[in-house]
Amino acid sequence: MIAIIHDYGGLLLVGLRQTLICSLIALAASLLLGTVVALLEVAPERWLRGIARTYIEIFRNIPLLVITLFFYVVVPLYVIKLNGFVAGTIGLSLYTSAFIAETIRSGIRAVDPGQMEGARANGLSYWQAMRVIVLPQAFRYVIPPLGNQFVNLVKNSSTLAFVGGFDLMYQGNNIASDSMATMATYAVIGLLYLAITLPISSYMRYLEKRLA
Amino acid sequence: MLHDFIAAYTPANLRYLFGGLGLTLLVSVVSILASFVLGSFMGIVRYVRIKGLSAIVGGIIDVIRNLPLILILFFTYFGLPNLGIRPGVLVAVILAMTIFESAMLAEIVRSGIQAIDKGQMEGARANGLSYWQALWHIVLPQAMVKMIPALVSQFISLVKDTSLATIILLPEMLYRSQIIYGQDSNYIVPMFVAVAALYFAVCFLLSILAHWLERRQART
Repeated sequence: MIAIIHDYGGLLLVGLRQTLICSLIALAASLLLGTVVALLEVAPERWLRGIARTYIEIFRNIPLLVITLFFYVVVPLYVIKLNGFVAGTIGLSLYTSAFIAETIRSGIRAVDPGQMEGARANGLSYWQAMRVIVLPQAFRYVIPPLGNQFVNLVKNSSTLAFVGGFDLMYQGNNIASDSMATMATYAVIGLLYLAITLPISSYMRYLEKRLA
Repeated sequence: MLHDFIAAYTPANLRYLFGGLGLTLLVSVVSILASFVLGSFMGIVRYVRIKGLSAIVGGIIDVIRNLPLILILFFTYFGLPNLGIRPGVLVAVILAMTIFESAMLAEIVRSGIQAIDKGQMEGARANGLSYWQALWHIVLPQAMVKMIPALVSQFISLVKDTSLATIILLPEMLYRSQIIYGQDSNYIVPMFVAVAALYFAVCFLLSILAHWLERRQART
């Protein structure tokens, strides 16, 4: 294992960097998209709710790899050429946003309806009340499940390896076939993933216990 | 465009693709059954706090849950031969899925048991059952019923995750679609549409089932 780190340290660092950059971009994008979709899903207008439901059902029920390959294989044919990293990050963002939307929606539902009624009675419009009063409270409820979604996102970023995204899994694969020391390589790669995911999931478990 | 679809969806191609879906479902069903047994065992061990053993099992569960499935897949397919074990592609995939999914199910089982009212255990003990008898006959059956919707959700992610086995060339649905559009690039879009639609159909139906089960339980 030490030999792997010594001989391939540079590649491992590149992989770690790509995995982290992809995860952070996808986290920001899927939080934003997920929040918008969640808001549409609780909107008073029926057609907005329909759009949100369709979006969620599509991206939740198709494998991430199929979505990623769509952006890597199909989109370049008709629209614009995307490299593996970009295609993978877009796929990951869309896929995760559907799960985040569901999480945030459950948070919004958990906020006492009296909050919305009170805000409306005080003269705020529906969307003002949602943004200023309801949503901030909803976010507090959903921090632990959102953290778990982030752990899933980091793990799922390994689909970049399928499309040449130079992430940790991709480098691991190359190092394994180059060094022939497959077990040692996968152990190192596994430890690097755990270094990102374990602290987040244990912190979320702590938060869950404290909130309960 | 329409002409590409008609050309791509020949009976032979569709049969080939559906065969892949069959393999996808076979892998998922075998893995979920194996994971259910293994995951229940690990979940119960973690719950009952046997000195030493529970901590070790808990650690294993946490490590597996925090690793990408692809890494576990590479481990069973490329790593195990280093230790002298050479599973075939299908066995390696089922093994990886089972390892990964058992850890997921173990946590579901553990939290399912925890959610059962403590009075159930106390009542059973007061009526003369031993701890293990009470757990097995009174607590577990109730926990299992409560867990059914979560189990269906896990099965949905399992079905989606089998697509990752493309990378070690398991001839499941996604892999087969790539073989078909490898012959003619005009088939790319029709194949993507077919694969996405088939995955969607299977997973969406299952999610409706999970939702229905959840609502039925909420009523009782």
